[in-house]
Amino acid sequence: MNLRRVTLIALPYLWLLGFFLVPFLIVLKIALSDTAVAIPPYTPTLDLSGGWAAIRDFFGQLDFENFTWLTEDELYWKSYLSSVRIAAISTFITLLVGYPIAYAMAQSPDEWRPTLMMLVILPFWTSFLIRVYAWIGILSNEGFLNQFLLWTGLIDTPLTIMNTTTAVYVGIVYTYLPFMILPIYAALEKLDGSLIEAAEDLGCSRLSAFWLVTLPLSRPGVIAGCFLVFIPALGEFVIPSLLGGSQTLMIGKVLWEEFFSNRDWPVASAVAVVLLLLLIIPIVLFQKNQQRQQEAEQ
Amino acid sequence: MNRRLTWFNATSLTLGFAFLYLPMLILIIFSFNESKLVTVWAGFSPKWYGELLRNEQFLDAAWVTLKVAALSSTLATVLGTMAAYVLVRAGRFPGRTLFSGMIYAPLVMPEVITGLSLLLLFIAIGLDRGVFTIVLAHTTFAMCYVSVVVSSRLMTFDRSLEEAALDLGCTPFEAFRLVTLPIITPAVISGWLLAFTLSLDDLVIASFASGPSSTTLPIKIFSAVRLGVSPEINALSTIMIGIVAVGVITASLVSKRAIQRQRREEVEGVRA
Repeated sequence: MNLRRVTLIALPYLWLLGFFLVPFLIVLKIALSDTAVAIPPYTPTLDLSGGWAAIRDFFGQLDFENFTWLTEDELYWKSYLSSVRIAAISTFITLLVGYPIAYAMAQSPDEWRPTLMMLVILPFWTSFLIRVYAWIGILSNEGFLNQFLLWTGLIDTPLTIMNTTTAVYVGIVYTYLPFMILPIYAALEKLDGSLIEAAEDLGCSRLSAFWLVTLPLSRPGVIAGCFLVFIPALGEFVIPSLLGGSQTLMIGKVLWEEFFSNRDWPVASAVAVVLLLLLIIPIVLFQKNQQRQQEAEQ
Repeated sequence: MNRRLTWFNATSLTLGFAFLYLPMLILIIFSFNESKLVTVWAGFSPKWYGELLRNEQFLDAAWVTLKVAALSSTLATVLGTMAAYVLVRAGRFPGRTLFSGMIYAPLVMPEVITGLSLLLLFIAIGLDRGVFTIVLAHTTFAMCYVSVVVSSRLMTFDRSLEEAALDLGCTPFEAFRLVTLPIITPAVISGWLLAFTLSLDDLVIASFASGPSSTTLPIKIFSAVRLGVSPEINALSTIMIGIVAVGVITASLVSKRAIQRQRREEVEGVRA
């Protein structure tokens, strides 16, 4: 091992250890600590000058009290459940909206495709915050949607959409739509057109050819897209806090408020640990799916 | 696939792109609205852009944001490229699994957790929060994105080119500088751009990592937006959307030309 190789490995390694792993261990530690009226507002703090006895004492004081608290207070498990539900429902809606777009893109003339791709990617580069903000003016009581619906005469009184879960669904579908479209498009683009022709020659109607051939072959793209929407939606903060109002419970928002408003660091840390445990299942499933894909391609 | 633009496909493309672009279009149109009322059109006026330029707070925040983005994206590009090189080329070394885990984990980690954990670290080591801590935070998550972009390029290119350079007497560093780097440069640039926009755009992590003296533009926008829609924010959004649109379109044209040139060179190389 020469010095250059060691530096090359050590620099990014130490950076990630210091700014990713260690901070996470601190979260874990504070989640096991008790709240205190002090600076910093938790106890115990590790004091290495006390020697071995102090270290043993430090570990003795850690407990799972905050986690017990999370199971006892309704707010927390309600917001975990509600996050899972909101993320799942909006993933499903995103799939329903995104699939036809990806399908139409894959069937469009060759020379259109780079432009269509760019049009899907462009919003992804635009500020997330601004894209969510744009919907406030549309969904509010005197917003554009209500103005339009009142003008067409479909409704007599404005609909209340802003500050409801519906607004959160709209926000998630809108901001994460490119993540759904791109993997489905990638799967559909590779599809061999002669398979569908064969199905139609053999007597399938166009609809049943889609159902029996296209849809099953695009499944990897659909699965990847669903994970790419579901995983970030689960811990979402900006969308529920701007569009969801006070009645929408999502765990990212609860963590934020626990930390910034209640200044309860140990509980905020415990919420973070549980959120991460919740995310591990879909992440592992996603990894497995991607690996299978790669193996299938090789 | 058989290419036919049926009415069904045409409808879903039209509706889909209308859904993606109409909200932003409305925002842009109403940034030129005379009235303070954001949902009632009262004539064309660029006055909110003037207001914006006189708003010291927004200008300060914009300056902080640009500084943070420039610093953190550059640092992230250096570290991320190193990390990608280590992942793809360094072979086995102790702790490799942990290393690749730490590269991929931040990509799926909810921002609230990343932000919280970094804030707790800064407090634990007694670091005053400000521009510096935001740069550290952004560098950490952006370097992972950079390394994913760069490593996918490193994986696909022909390794025998590097080996040839080594055989012809290059030191490993020279081989990297003269052969590897020019080939991966487009990926490094797009990694830098990605890191830059991620930093410009980030609200959650910056909120945790910033101190009272350092406010970035997204933090400013977020606190203004909580009070409702304002024409000034519309004007600001329009400027940001404009910059991104111009940037992305230019970048894609440039990279398209670069790819075409590379292909041509490869073809000529084969002939020669």
